[in-house]
Amino acid sequence: MYAFSFHKPETLEEAKRLFGESDDPRYLSGGHTLLPSMKLRLAAPSDLIELNAIESLKGIALEGDNVVIGAATRHGEVAQSRDVQSVIPALADLAGMIGDFQVRNRGTLGGSIANADPAADYPAAVVGLNATVRTDRREIAADDYFTDLFETALEDGEIVTSVSFPKPVRAAYMKFPNPASRYAIVGVFVAETTTGMRVAVTGAGASVFRVPEMESALAANFAPNAVADILISDDDLNSDIHAANDYRAHLVTVMAKRAVEKALG
Amino acid sequence: MTITVTMTVNGEERSGTCEERTLLVTFLRETLRLTGTHVGCDTSQCGACVVHVDGDSVKSCTMLAVQAEGRDITTIEGVADGDTLHPIQQAFHENHGLQCGYCTPGMIMSALDLIKHNPDPSEREIREHLEGNLCRCTGYHNIVKSIRAAADKMAAGS
Repeated sequence: MYAFSFHKPETLEEAKRLFGESDDPRYLSGGHTLLPSMKLRLAAPSDLIELNAIESLKGIALEGDNVVIGAATRHGEVAQSRDVQSVIPALADLAGMIGDFQVRNRGTLGGSIANADPAADYPAAVVGLNATVRTDRREIAADDYFTDLFETALEDGEIVTSVSFPKPVRAAYMKFPNPASRYAIVGVFVAETTTGMRVAVTGAGASVFRVPEMESALAANFAPNAVADILISDDDLNSDIHAANDYRAHLVTVMAKRAVEKALG
Repeated sequence: MTITVTMTVNGEERSGTCEERTLLVTFLRETLRLTGTHVGCDTSQCGACVVHVDGDSVKSCTMLAVQAEGRDITTIEGVADGDTLHPIQQAFHENHGLQCGYCTPGMIMSALDLIKHNPDPSEREIREHLEGNLCRCTGYHNIVKSIRAAADKMAAGS
């Protein structure tokens, strides 16, 4: 890892000021992607600005029918939160499937979605639940947030402050994890929301995406069999040492079917 | 740049100099000479480097020493009570829960966190909890057996 300067601001204003004054800064949250990337010298920021001391980025709150989770909230806290478990059990379930126990004690929601790893779990929940990403300067709808491989709608220096997840009618997440890293080879979040049916897939493509054919099939009949024969095109899917693109396409169908089964309890 | 960091390690306040980029595990091993915490994969997968930070188990290869400033750290050296092994350590000894021993400090630190949250874990829960701890010798059977035995002993002792 190359040398850098370390900063630990206590307010958003101070974090933004430090970002503006640095040559090549990066914000640091849980550090479970950024620090490994720095070890590999894939990232070499001049300044690391840790966001975990900023109180306004922490915590879980209920606002009407929404669960609002601060960006610096760790995966383990979301998984174990009574509020999340009771209002959106699928979200607590998903958080409890990220990485392993120790990773969940460090990794954060904001860090995960700011990084937008194609195999991360949270993007499936953000898009699947039609959540709203709140930043230091605006609100971004889930469908507009994830744009491409490791790319989001965030501007330079913009900080995710929280994510507001609306309570769905019913929802569930299923994933086929890589056995070593626990990253999703394919993960599918299925949700019947108050604004319609949503099926969000992570791990399979460059970025999380929805499957309209499955959404309309489930809107007509919310049953595992409704999606069992829908095979998505593998043209743009990832193909690597872990799984070929046609296998990932197959897994999308299988995980979607299992997610519907799980949502039906 | 050389910096000084101060943290509580196994109940004692410890200070040392390092760089901003120094990992917590490197600080513990090379600056404080607490070499019980191991470096296995250095990629946050194997769990040989697990320590507790403010009571939560974390992988110390994926945290900077400077991030531990002012925090309360427990390493494997802080688990036994003098010459008396902790029930989890004793259970690993009695159940042959290790062969080469490389993963053992991480296994024990991880097991401690499990039993703290779940004093009566099932075999399945133990196996799920150990997802982030890799052992290349034992096939996990005796590790799981050790943790189950320790949970029984700790429940009986409390």
